[in-house]
Amino acid sequence: MSRSSKELYVKKIKNGTVIDHISAGHALDVLKILGIDGREGHTVSVAMNVLSEKQSKKDIVKVESRELAPGEVDKIALIAPGATINIIRDYEVAEKTRVKLPDVIKGIIRCANPSCVSNAGEPVEPRFTVERTDPLKMRCYYCARIMEKQDVLKQFYA
Amino acid sequence: MSPKPVFAGKDIVSVRDLSREGIDHILDVAETMEPLAKSGSDMLRGKIMATLFFEASTRTRLSFESAMSRLGGTSLGFSETKGTSVEKGENLADTVRVVENYADVLIVRHPLEGAARMAAEFSKIPVINAGSGAEEHPTQALLDLYTIRKARGSIDGTSVGLIGDLRYGRTVHSLAYALSQYKVNLFLISPEILRMRREVLEEVSNRVHVKESTSLRELLPELDVIYMTRIQKERFADLAEYEKVKGSYRLTAQELSKARKDSIVMHPLPRVDEVAPDVDNTKHAKYFEQVWYGLVLRMGVLALVLGAA
Ligand SMILES: [Zn+2]
Repeated sequence: MSRSSKELYVKKIKNGTVIDHISAGHALDVLKILGIDGREGHTVSVAMNVLSEKQSKKDIVKVESRELAPGEVDKIALIAPGATINIIRDYEVAEKTRVKLPDVIKGIIRCANPSCVSNAGEPVEPRFTVERTDPLKMRCYYCARIMEKQDVLKQFYA
Repeated sequence: MSPKPVFAGKDIVSVRDLSREGIDHILDVAETMEPLAKSGSDMLRGKIMATLFFEASTRTRLSFESAMSRLGGTSLGFSETKGTSVEKGENLADTVRVVENYADVLIVRHPLEGAARMAAEFSKIPVINAGSGAEEHPTQALLDLYTIRKARGSIDGTSVGLIGDLRYGRTVHSLAYALSQYKVNLFLISPEILRMRREVLEEVSNRVHVKESTSLRELLPELDVIYMTRIQKERFADLAEYEKVKGSYRLTAQELSKARKDSIVMHPLPRVDEVAPDVDNTKHAKYFEQVWYGLVLRMGVLALVLGAA
């Protein structure tokens, strides 16, 4: 699909972030993870089940006047491993990165195991080793519990 | 020949951290401890073991303390949190950083999962996991392997049946994982609702041949090792369901007449009624020997992490 027809779905933005190639059906999860619910006042556009250049379905999210921080990019990688982040400045793509899940994830999510020592007020950061990115499978460094995509999503919807 | 794995100064937190070479080396060292367990030794004279038991487990603690004494070392510690700083709200990380000054090795048992891993992170001296929450207990899995090796000469080539509560049982997960380092046939025999956890099953079946079943009776003639575990009533919502499965995993001497002649019956103890008392006098019964092997295995592990073996 050509660039111009893509813009039929979501128009160009002046400044902000375009998150492209989100796994189809996960645009709202991405917004949830970023803590964006529309009340912040940014213009947010969402396109779901858009046909990509490879003719498979994807979601797109555009957030005006807001650039993502690196920690936020890691969070997106947890649920949309193929996503790309385009930082837009004055209608131009200033930076383009593909999200990449680090081998070890520290601090951004909690262990889903309520009996895990990392949930007990000890002076440690939750820590996970990523065993598979798509579909997500990671293991708590402390209790060895396996966490999958649903476990991650649950934390943001709780 | 590859160099022997080094354990001096290392933690023993999970069997998942151990390679097959590592396990074999621990079992070899345990073997050398058997005569010393009878005669006594001063191999660890002057060494101090601290037992930090945040939940009671008298059996495990006695085994570690006896192992330390038989190697000439001494023990100190607590077996419950009553009267300790923990009761005043001290966290585990602080307790570890205090007690490590008094000892050369820490034995940790804690109700939270991952507690031993975290203790090891904070401790400058070796930590041995004696059970963290519902999580595994590596010296139990190692002593089980040692028992199999002693009884059969080798772990490779055996057909091992793990029977009972495979979902919640602390010991079977680490045992299954440890066994998967060897060339074994694994039979997982449990009621439908107590089947082996998916993540353990996935990992183990990538390495060895696994067969799941609900019937012990059917598979009994195929087993070299019959590893029984306790099925807890609390796990069942429907008591009638419990009564039904309870009976199907009750091993008796008569039942064992259909088993292989040289098969062995193991149990992590305490048992309730899953192994009938009349099994005790058959040559199959190994569960009390397991206790002895647990002692020598722990002697071996202490000697290794303290750099004496
Ligand atoms: Zn955990």
